[in-house]
Order: sequence, then C-alpha cells, then structure tokens
Amino acid sequence: MSEPTQPKGSDDPAQVAAFEARIARGETIEPKDWMPERYRRQLVRMMSQHAHSEVVGMLPEGNWITRAPSLRRKISLLAKVQDEAGHGLYIYCGTETLGVDRAELIDQLLAGTAKYSSIFNYPTLTWADMGAIGWLVDGAAIVNQTMLAHASFGPYARAMVRICKEENFHKRQGYEIMATLAAGTPAQKAMAQDALDRWWWPSLMMFGPSDKESPNSAELLRWKIKQKGNDELRQRFVNLTVPQAAAIGLHIPDPLLTLDKETGDWEFGPIDWNEFMQVISGNGPCNRERLAARRKAHADGAWVRDAAVAHAAKDAARSAA
Amino acid sequence: MLFNYLLRLGDDRLVLGHRLSEWCGHGPILEEDIAAANIALDLLGQASMFLKYAGEVEGKGRDADALAYWRDETQFRNVQLVELPNGDYGFTILRQFLVSAWAYHHLGALAASADETLAGMAAKALKETRYHLRHSAEWVVRLGDGTDESHGRMQRALDELWPWTGELSWQHEVDAALRSEGIVPDLAALRGPFEAMAKEQFARATLVLPDGPMRMTGGRLGRHTEHLGHMLAEMQIVARSHPGAQW
Ligand SMILES: [Fe+2]
Ligand SMILES: [Fe+2]
Repeated sequence: MSEPTQPKGSDDPAQVAAFEARIARGETIEPKDWMPERYRRQLVRMMSQHAHSEVVGMLPEGNWITRAPSLRRKISLLAKVQDEAGHGLYIYCGTETLGVDRAELIDQLLAGTAKYSSIFNYPTLTWADMGAIGWLVDGAAIVNQTMLAHASFGPYARAMVRICKEENFHKRQGYEIMATLAAGTPAQKAMAQDALDRWWWPSLMMFGPSDKESPNSAELLRWKIKQKGNDELRQRFVNLTVPQAAAIGLHIPDPLLTLDKETGDWEFGPIDWNEFMQVISGNGPCNRERLAARRKAHADGAWVRDAAVAHAAKDAARSAA
Repeated sequence: MLFNYLLRLGDDRLVLGHRLSEWCGHGPILEEDIAAANIALDLLGQASMFLKYAGEVEGKGRDADALAYWRDETQFRNVQLVELPNGDYGFTILRQFLVSAWAYHHLGALAASADETLAGMAAKALKETRYHLRHSAEWVVRLGDGTDESHGRMQRALDELWPWTGELSWQHEVDAALRSEGIVPDLAALRGPFEAMAKEQFARATLVLPDGPMRMTGGRLGRHTEHLGHMLAEMQIVARSHPGAQW
C-alpha cells in the first residue's frame, strides 16, 4: 500500500508488474490498493468527465420541465433530471476515494478545462427532445456503462451498476415518450421524427472517436478500465436502436444504413468527426450557454454555501462551549 | 363547494411545485438540487391527487390534466404567495418553510375531515409535508444564522414574504358551508399555532418578524399577481398547442 498522490513517474516497476498481474487475473482494485499514478489519473479523468456530464446533462432536459405537457410527464421528467443529479453526486464521491475533491473538479468544469459529454451542447428544441434524449442519449450511456460496470476500479464499477439501473428506466421512459408521439397526431409524429433527425448523429458521437484515433483507448483497455473499444460499443448501440426506431415507425436519418446479413450488424454511414471536434473544442451550439448556466448557479449559490459553513462552525463552537 | 376547496389545495401545490422545479439544475449545491426536486415532486404528486379528486367531485369529466392545463389564471385558486417568482435560494426556502408550516397544520386538521377521501389524501400529504417542513426549517436557521450577508438576505426575504401569509388563513362562504358539514377546519383556529411555529423558528434563525399589515390579496377568488399568467403561459404552452393530443 502507498500514497495515492505520489508524483508522476515514481512508480516502481516491480509494483507496476504486480499491479498489472492483478488486473490480468481480473481482480478489482480498491482505493487503498497500490496503483500506478497513470491509472489513478486516467480514472480521475474519466470519472470526473462522467460526473460533469451528469450535472451539465441536467440543463438540456431541465429546459422542458416547466413546459411538460401533462402532470405525469412533468413529474417523470423532473424525477429523471433529479436522478442525473444523484448520479453526478455519486460519481464525484467516487473520485474523492482517489484523493480529488468535488470542489476542485467543479472549479475545473467552471474554468472550462474539464470535459463533459459533447451531446449536452446541443439544444433541446421541442418536447420530443425529451423522448429522444431518454431513448438515445441514456440508451448510449447504458451501452457504455454496462461495460464500465466491469471496470477494474471497484468504486467506479459499483457506481455504474447502480446508475445503470436508473439509466435503463430513463431509456424506457424516453422511448415511451417517442412511441406515444409517433402514434399521435401528425404534428406529434413530425416532432418525434425531427427530434430523431437531430439527435441521431450526436448520439453516435457519444462513444468517441474510432479507437485508432482515440488517444487513451489502448491504456484504458490494458488496465481494464474499459473492456471494449469505442467502435464496438457504437456498433452495439446502433444494432440495438435501429429495430426500436422501426418498431415505432420512425426513420433513422442515414441513407447508407444497411444490414450486414453475415455479421448481423447495421452498417452506418460516415460520422461527421469535424462536427464532433467543433463541439468538443467549445464551438457547439450550446457550449457557452451550458457553462454560463453552471457558472451562474455556482456564483449565485456562493452565499448559501458560505452561510452553511459559517452556521456549522457556529454550531460546533456553541456545542463545544 | 368541495370542488372549489380542492382546487385551492391542488393549485397551491401545482404552482409551488412548478416554481420549485425551476431550480432544477440551477441550485446552490448539488444536494439542494436533489432536495428541492424531491419537494417539488411531492407537491406535484399532491396536486395531481387533489385535482383528480376535484374533477371527480365536479363531475364534468375533467381530469387533473384538464384542470392544470386548460384553466386560465382567473380560474386558479392558489394563494398569491406560491406564485411569486423564486428570488434567491433564501427567498425560495423561506417561502417553502412558510407554506410547509401552514400545510402541516392545515393538512393535520383535514386528516380528520368528514369526507373520508379528503381525509386520506390529507394524511398522505401530511407525511410528505413533515419532511418539507424539517428541511426548509433547517435551511432557514442555517441561512438566518449564517453569515452577515445571508442573515441580511433572509431578513429581507421575511419582510417581503410575511405580509403574503395573511391569505393562507383567509376564509369565505366556501369554508363556512364545508365547515358546517365537518369537511374542513376553521382556518382562523390554525392561525395561532402556525404563527407560534413560525416565530419559534425565526427566533432560532435570529430573524425578526415584521409587524406591518398583511397585504390585500385575492388568490382564492382567482385574483392573482401579474406573475401567475406568465407562469401558466409557459406551463400550458405545449399542451394547449395540441388540443386533444395524448402525451
Ligand atoms: Fe445519469
Ligand atoms: Fe439518465
């Protein structure tokens, strides 16, 4: 056992070899176990990105809570967004086991130096987007997180198991919204198709660039932080989703989509990685708005957090006296 | 008569639940995003319950959604206190405390209603209200007795909000008729315990109750502030843009 905060490059080769042997045996790494500094950093990077995504992801859907068209939908949307807040909190707590606290990570997010899922930089323009996000975005997240539930780092893997249960519920709820719209009035059906048209390609981009171009993939796979490559996960998502769209009479906006009868895979057209790069480098449709909303909430809430700290200190002083 | 009373119960909760839900994603700390959403969810659930029953009592085939989405502001029967814009988090949490403290006494009395359905609903809502009351009361103390800034903000919020509370115990012929049948309590009798609870909490929060007059209001008669119309315009826009649609 050693410090989780050792300086970079200090890893003892014998310890690294023992660590990698543990990984190879399929053992789970716990926070108190020795781990290479690179492993710890990769985890902090992935987990904090994940936590930020949950929290920033509250904004596009939060945009429709006040306009949900029925009481049942209003309640279920609010509950969903609340779940995402819970996911964020839970994963931030997971990063604390790696010696990084939430305040530090939030500062990085607000400074614009931390990443979060690029999908949340797209705007939610109609009620149908609540269906599309639940179905596609939570759906894609499930494919990714089902894999991460086997991650070699115990706290992350356990968080994924718990979170995935709720994401499954969100996905069903989103799909049900889409199915209801698709079976509704012509205007509702058009709304559903438009939402699918807008969210389809960004959803495929959620899995990240092809493994050949993904700088972190090899290391993450070797340490079993990830168990599968981006392309394989993306293909799994497409294979799951294409029949679901067909079942409710919606059309996937990809003229090149074809079923490969031998592999059973739905082959899809080229992804516009230029768009992806634009969005992750800060020029997506809503990057500025999302960060501005988080910054405003943080700044507006500063006096509340300060007061809570001050009151707790007063209380402690009073009970000590 | 009971229809009108159920609208009051439902609308107070619908409007306040909606206001609280506006915080979702914008709270001062993630834990409070979750807590505020919890309270909003309870209130919206209670609103659905009371409005559904209102529709049944009315007997014209209106369900909770028809009442929530297809009435205009003059047909809403909530108190004006709940429709005021959120202000800062202190204003929101202080209003929540006032409404929860009132609801705690009101629902407690309604749980003994001669109308068994109403009594059951009140008992269920009371359970949730206890949590809302505890949570908001803790924050009132934390913020009132926190920093100089938070104390100042909370005192200003209390000065602003307190005069709106007169409407909580306002009664007219609807109350008299239902009271005579043992369906609803005398709200005037609840005023004392409500104020005692509020004062005790404000003393702990080092806040001083303003002693000015209560405001003239009319929410129970459908006369609202200028804020409610805007809120409903947003809330109802999608539903009203698609008459007859299912969601
Ligand atoms: Fe989530
Ligand atoms: Fe989700």
